[in-house]
Parts: sequence; C-alpha cells; structure tokens
Amino acid sequence: MTHAIETHALVKSFGATRALDGVDLRIRRGSVYGLLGPNGAGKTTTVRILSTLRKPDAGTATVLGHDVVREAKLVRQKVSLTGQYASVDEDLTGQENLVLVARLLGFSWTQARARATELLEAFDLTDAARRQVSTYSGGMRRRIDIAASLVAIPEVLFLDEPTTGLDPRARNEVWDLVRRIAAEGTTVLLTTQYLDEADRLAERMAVIDHGRVIAEGTSRDLKASVGSNALHLRLARADQRALAQELITRVLGDGLLPSTDPTEVAARLGDTGQAVEVLGALAAGRIDVAEFSVGTPSLDEVFLALTGKPAEPVASTNGTEKATR
Amino acid sequence: MSTDALPSVDRTHGLLKGHPRPRPASALSSVATLAWRAMLKIKHVPFQLFDVTVMPIMFTLLFTYIFGGALAGTPREYIQYLLPGVLVQTIIFITVYTGMGLNTDINKGLYDRFRSLPMWQGSPVFGALAGDVFRYSVASTLIIVMGLILGFRPEGGVLGVLLAVALVLTFGFALSWLWIIVGMLVKTPESVMTTSFVLLMPLTFASNIFVDLSTMPDWLRAIVGHNPVTYLANASRGLMHGRAQASDVVWVLIASAAIVLVSAPIALRLYRKER
Repeated sequence: MTHAIETHALVKSFGATRALDGVDLRIRRGSVYGLLGPNGAGKTTTVRILSTLRKPDAGTATVLGHDVVREAKLVRQKVSLTGQYASVDEDLTGQENLVLVARLLGFSWTQARARATELLEAFDLTDAARRQVSTYSGGMRRRIDIAASLVAIPEVLFLDEPTTGLDPRARNEVWDLVRRIAAEGTTVLLTTQYLDEADRLAERMAVIDHGRVIAEGTSRDLKASVGSNALHLRLARADQRALAQELITRVLGDGLLPSTDPTEVAARLGDTGQAVEVLGALAAGRIDVAEFSVGTPSLDEVFLALTGKPAEPVASTNGTEKATR
Repeated sequence: MSTDALPSVDRTHGLLKGHPRPRPASALSSVATLAWRAMLKIKHVPFQLFDVTVMPIMFTLLFTYIFGGALAGTPREYIQYLLPGVLVQTIIFITVYTGMGLNTDINKGLYDRFRSLPMWQGSPVFGALAGDVFRYSVASTLIIVMGLILGFRPEGGVLGVLLAVALVLTFGFALSWLWIIVGMLVKTPESVMTTSFVLLMPLTFASNIFVDLSTMPDWLRAIVGHNPVTYLANASRGLMHGRAQASDVVWVLIASAAIVLVSAPIALRLYRKER
C-alpha cells in the first residue's frame, strides 16, 4: 500500500450547497500534503470526512487502506485530528488535558501521566502544565492542542488550519513541529489558506475551490502551470498602477498576472529579456518603480490565475465552512 | 527560525515516533475517565456549584419566611411541607446544565476530538451525566442540612431522607436526557437554557411543590394532579416524613424509566450522527 489517503469522487452537500463536488486525492505515505483554498472551499469538510466525523454523500475514501465509513473505528485508532479551534477543555490544565486524552486512548493512569509529562516538556509547556488552558496564549493553545493529537503518535495526522490566528513566531513554532512530526514518519494532511504555508511545508498540494480540486502537484508544478517566468514590480505610487499595466500590455501584448496588492504589478514573460523592454517602457512613461524581480510566479498568482479570485479573501473566522459544520 | 521557546531537537527525539498504541479503553474506563473530567471541571470552576447551592438556599429562605406564615400558620410548620419540594425543584432546574455543558463542548470543538478517538461513542454523554449526578448530590445535601438548621424535622429519619434523595436523583438523571437532546439540537448554551425553562417553569410551579392541591380550583387541580412533578413532590414528602404512598413512588419510577427509554436512544443517536 503506497497511499496513506485515497479519495475517489467524494461528494458532500449541506442543503443546497455542494461542499464537495467530486474530490479525488492520493496522498503518499510519510509525506506532508497541503490542502489549499479559501474559506468555504471544502477543506474542512474533506478533513472531517477523512477523520470519520462526517459521512460522504457519495464517493469513497480510505485512510491507510481502511474505508472511513465502514471501518471508521479502525481509522480512528490510527489517526489524530487537530481541528480549527483548540479542541481541548479550557477549564482543565494542560497536564489534565493530556492525561484525559491518554486515558481515553487506553493508557493506564501511570502511563498517561508519564506521557503527559514527556509531551509537556517536548512542547515547552512544563511551566504552564498546572495552569488552566483558558489562561494560555494562542500559540500555547495550539501547542497543547497538537500535543493532544500526539499522545499516541498517529500514522496520519490531520491539521485543520493549524496556524490561523497565530502570530509569526508561534506560526514558525508550529511549522517546525509539523516538519519534525513528518520526519518521524507520520503522514500529515494540513489545510491552509496561506499559500506560503503550503509552499514551505507540503511536498505536494491540492488547490481546492468550490468543492473541486482545481490543481494538484508540487509547488513547482503549480507555479509552472501559470508560466515559468514572471516579472514582479512594486510601484512607489499606487495611482500609477493602471498606467503601468497599460504600458506593460503594450510591450508584452498579454500576460498580466492578477494581483491583490494595489502597488504590485506582475506579468508573465516569454523570456527574461522582455523584462528589460518593460522596464524601459515604464521609465519612458515616468512610472516610479520601487522594486522589481524576475522569477517563478508566486503561489498567490497561481491561485488567482486558477480561481480568478484572491487566495486570501478577508481572512474571516466566520467562513461558510464554519457555518456548515 | 530561532526562538528560544522552540522545543529542542534533543528533547523531542523519539517522542514523536510511533509508540505502539495501547488497546482502546473499555467503555467503563472511558466513562470513568470522563466522569473524572467532570469532577476536575467542578474543582477548577467552583462557580459551577454556585447556582446549585445559592438557588436552593434562596428559595428555601424566601418561601419559608415570606409565605410560610400565610400558607401554613408558621414558617416552621411550612418548612416541613416545603423542604422536600424545594429539593425536587432545585434538582429539576439544575438538570438543564447537563444539556448546556454538552452544547458548550460541541461548540468548542472538544466533541470533535472525542468523536475522533477510538472509544465507545456514548462515553462523553455518560461521563458528563456521572458528574452531574454528583452535583445533584451536593445540592441535595446542602438543602437538607439547611432545612435541618431552619427547623425541618423529617419524621421518616435518615433512611427516609436518603430514599427521598435517591428518588429525586433518579428522576433528575432521567430528565437530564431530555436536555441532552435539546443540547444537541440548538445552537448555543443560552438557547438550551431558554428552551428548557419554557418547559420547566410550568412543570415545577404547576405542581404541589409550594402549595397543597386542595387550595387550587378544580380545573387547575386536574392538571396539577397529573403533573409527574406532583407525584415526585408527594413521594419525596412522604418518604421524608415516613408516610409515603407506594403508588407515588411507583409512578415516579415509571415516569423516569419512560423518559430514559424514549430519550436516551434518541440522544445517543443524535450524538453519533454527524454534525
């Protein structure tokens, strides 16, 4: 068995909304896989089906060879889920939460306490072990939540938007943890709205939108699908953007890449030499260019090109996905 | 990445490697563990016991001294009648917290964790109930003790009081199942409270907890006389004062069994169902 997760034509509707509209995934064992998409794309629904919390309306899904509907109990013995919200009891202390999960997994009281101590130390929560989780910072909550998912090391770990709402430092800590968990052999499926995150962690990723996988591959594949070379310009003045775009179109014909930043202009290049022509045209048009670079397109541009809309719509916590829970 | 809060590689070495998982916990053990969790919550948030303690104390004091003279001649006489009823009312009211607690867990995502664990899926419900029965016991003890201080003298002795408490707890346990269903159907803990109080207010006040049936007009007496809470209050009073009628006790037991038989399967099914 080479695949940790395989889904075939997964469909799930909530009332009139089709949350999943035929999702096919194949995730190699031992890899970190990213499920990328905006709020309401179907990421959470996919993860909830794979972790046996929901049943699909149609299609099949297997985790480690076990059907998630017919063999749900077997699947639960091998996977862990860290949901979008800290799924720990805030009234209890960090230590008590870990002992609770350990006991529910079948550890004896002694083993449960020992495992809790180990994990608290590994996650740098020893000092906070006897404090209620409600007093924890966002980063600490995430750590105790992930620790709870690792009481028994799962063969597959689902992380649903593990860094949403975290500050950059806490985000780095979570990234580091994910890499280490994967290095020890656990398959990680993580969902994210941040292209940057998928780019840094995931070997392969699927871009999902309106319940469909619209692109799949390594981040290099995805970038290549939009064109190999791109010119990125940062303008000193946002009000010159329209003019800059016009001048660029005149030089390149076509190839403007969509961008959400009002001071940024990006365009696909046939060859890198065209960059010189574009810069020349801009200088002649008295456009103030603050920075420029030539390279592969960013995942943001990939996303925009694939879906026609920005990858990070208002990063609201009240997306449709939550509403359909 | 260089933050000192990062766990060092040394410290996590091997920690994240697949340990053999223990055999899944038995149903009994997972229920016990979740009951332990309920106890911890009481320990950490003693405020949870506040309404369990303050409300009965308030009710007993208010009713005994404000209505006691008018209803029974003296407060001391009235409390002999009232106290077994206050016990019933208090326990019935606090059963709502079972549904509220469950709803909170669902909203906070904790139930996602529970449901993704390889344990018997009914454990969280039974564990929470075990914790609740403990709270009902605390409340009962307080009410009895305060009654004794105020002059309540149960003629049925210790055994009578214990039997009465046991009967009231049985009914409370049964009623909790209803609020579990409500807790799974509505969106917020507040709606659990509102929904259940619409039912509980008439159920407890249109009973003979505070006043005797004979003081009511005929049409009302017919309604109140069929309220299961009236049977429970009669039985509680009867047991505490050593003159219980078997029929009252039996009817309460039948009502409790009926509530559990109907609502427990629905509650467990709802719980297992996806959300």
